[in-house]
Amino acid sequence: MQQSASASSSDDHRRDGKLVTADGRPLQASLRSAERRRKIIAFLFVSPLLAFLLISFVIPIGQMMWRSVDNPTIINTLPRTLEAMQEWDGQNIPDEPVFAALAEDLREAQQNRRVGPLAVRLNYEISGARGALSRKARSVATMDAPYREQFLESDRLWQNPRLYQIIQREGRPLTLSYYVAATDRAYDADGNIVRRPEQQRIYMTLFGRTFAMSAAILVLTLLLGFPIAFWMAHLPMRYANLLMIMVLLPFWTSLLVRTTSWIVLLQQQGVINSSLVALGILDSGNRLSLMYNMTGTIIAMTHILLPFMVLPLYSVMKTIPPSYMRAARSLGANNWTAFWRVYVPQTVPGIGAGGVLVFIISIGYYITPALVGGQSGRMISNMIAYHMQNSLNWGLAAALGTMLLVSVLILYWAYNKLVGADIKLG
Amino acid sequence: MALPSYAGKLERFWYYAFRFLCCLVFFFLIAPILIMVPLSFNAQPYFTFTTEMLTLNPEGFSLRWYEQLFSSSQWMRSIRNSVFIGIFSTLIATTLGTLAALGLSRSEMPYKGLIMGLLISPMIVPLIISAAGMFFFYSSINLAGTFPGVILAHAVLGTPFVVITVTATLVGFDNSLTKAAANLGADPITIFRRVQMPLILPGVISGALFAFITSFDEIVIVLFLAGVEQRTIPREMWSGIREQISPTILAVASLLVAISIALLTTLELLRRRSERLRGLTPG
Repeated sequence: MQQSASASSSDDHRRDGKLVTADGRPLQASLRSAERRRKIIAFLFVSPLLAFLLISFVIPIGQMMWRSVDNPTIINTLPRTLEAMQEWDGQNIPDEPVFAALAEDLREAQQNRRVGPLAVRLNYEISGARGALSRKARSVATMDAPYREQFLESDRLWQNPRLYQIIQREGRPLTLSYYVAATDRAYDADGNIVRRPEQQRIYMTLFGRTFAMSAAILVLTLLLGFPIAFWMAHLPMRYANLLMIMVLLPFWTSLLVRTTSWIVLLQQQGVINSSLVALGILDSGNRLSLMYNMTGTIIAMTHILLPFMVLPLYSVMKTIPPSYMRAARSLGANNWTAFWRVYVPQTVPGIGAGGVLVFIISIGYYITPALVGGQSGRMISNMIAYHMQNSLNWGLAAALGTMLLVSVLILYWAYNKLVGADIKLG
Repeated sequence: MALPSYAGKLERFWYYAFRFLCCLVFFFLIAPILIMVPLSFNAQPYFTFTTEMLTLNPEGFSLRWYEQLFSSSQWMRSIRNSVFIGIFSTLIATTLGTLAALGLSRSEMPYKGLIMGLLISPMIVPLIISAAGMFFFYSSINLAGTFPGVILAHAVLGTPFVVITVTATLVGFDNSLTKAAANLGADPITIFRRVQMPLILPGVISGALFAFITSFDEIVIVLFLAGVEQRTIPREMWSGIREQISPTILAVASLLVAISIALLTTLELLRRRSERLRGLTPG
């Protein structure tokens, strides 16, 4: 302040009533450009990582999400058919011009080796379309006009009006069909989106189960984590540090090691069952099935995620002054009231942070459910992996993945609102 | 939280019941990890304690699974791969992450919240989604099934840890130190090398450790991106669990537990050193 006051008093540093620097630039502009230069320098530090993440992380995920609506196959392979179908009434089996165009398109597709992807794409919508289409594409080279009857006679597929509705509907560059399938819906004969019958709703059931299991794991980690965090927060530092190591050791142990150890413990011939049999509590014939079901997944994941609950709880509990509880006690509250009405409300930020963290991690979990989950303990990630690696329906995998990602991001946003972007480690 | 001398019977009961409960939870945390260590010395190919082991008969114990581990070319290759991929991805993650943290800690950094969110995102996005995205993208540029592909993917996963730990170290950084150095005639590079770096080094090292352990422990990306040549330890354990389950896995697991204990100790020592350097006393 003193400097600027002395500068403004000197005539050298004034021009048209404005402050200027020694080299004659207006002070305001000079400060602004210095500020901008500092911003650019700060940004230059961050830019290598930003560029790296953009190329090797953001773009790949963006591309994957794009895959869930991208639909190039039909429009690129059957352009003539789609054009001929503009005249079509949308209900009955189309007329000769459509089939002539279809024959032409298939002939070209056969030459360009594009029948395979087309057959796979149509098979997602009508099961069994793959074989019929591949056979037709092989025989179409030797066919002559008129085509309509020959197509209709060769396979039931061509007599199904739904096929033409699908070709027309999916003959656009973008599709909703993967999301329709991923939300357990389907197109009916009139092209409306309707829910599938109850027993066919696999994906929404799986989402529901994933959320329910994550909620169960969240409750279990809270029930187990709260007492030990409370204990550690009230012990002298020396003992608390020792116990902290016991919390951190599982945190630092390889995920596969911990999953393996649960397999060792839980399997039919494993440590828990054998001990129970040896102690005479269980008959050797009816050993508990603790693994390859939901129980196994929940037990193992509770163990794996417990540190994520304990660490934020502990750091919040450390900051709660013990005088509040004492004050409540001296004002006449009994132990329980003082704890429940005074202490617990102050731990809510920790419960919130730990809870959202555990929930976010568990809804995206893949390894543990895949190894100890069996059929009933699977989660949505396992379905995504199945469609990626086994059924190869990448569009559907991308749609399911996008839905999972959006749920996680919403939760993370809520977490940020709750505790701020302050993630602590160890 | 010592028991006050005026505590009643009920209070006394709750006090001990609570402690007992806590001990049970700690048992639940630690026992599953430690139980594998004795089991890995089992002479029989079972995952349970044999009567010989329970009676501490030396016949019941053997080192055969460790022998098998160290004589298996498959396991040895996976150890080499894990270390190789871990080191290179850690180098990339630590360099880029430290630079970014230095930028982020400057007060004049624009859009701090947004950029921090983006840099942290590899930690938030479920691994299966990162793996799926990277699989499609890396296949399209022929990086799937190669070492550079896996290393880049692991570097991505490691960067948030480096950014977080180094930023946290820089929060307590006294900027007058760099100003003093500049005043005494040091150029920016000297300031970084001689003043900033020694002070943030504990943060950088613990970030690097986090990044290394992330890569070392990572399996989902490896499942999708790596070919047979790039199989890492977790990948080998995965197929061990799924296909031919043998106590060799327990031997590997026990060794990994030993490594994590060593890492944990290192980090604790680093934390103490950093606190001492900054004049903060523990507690």
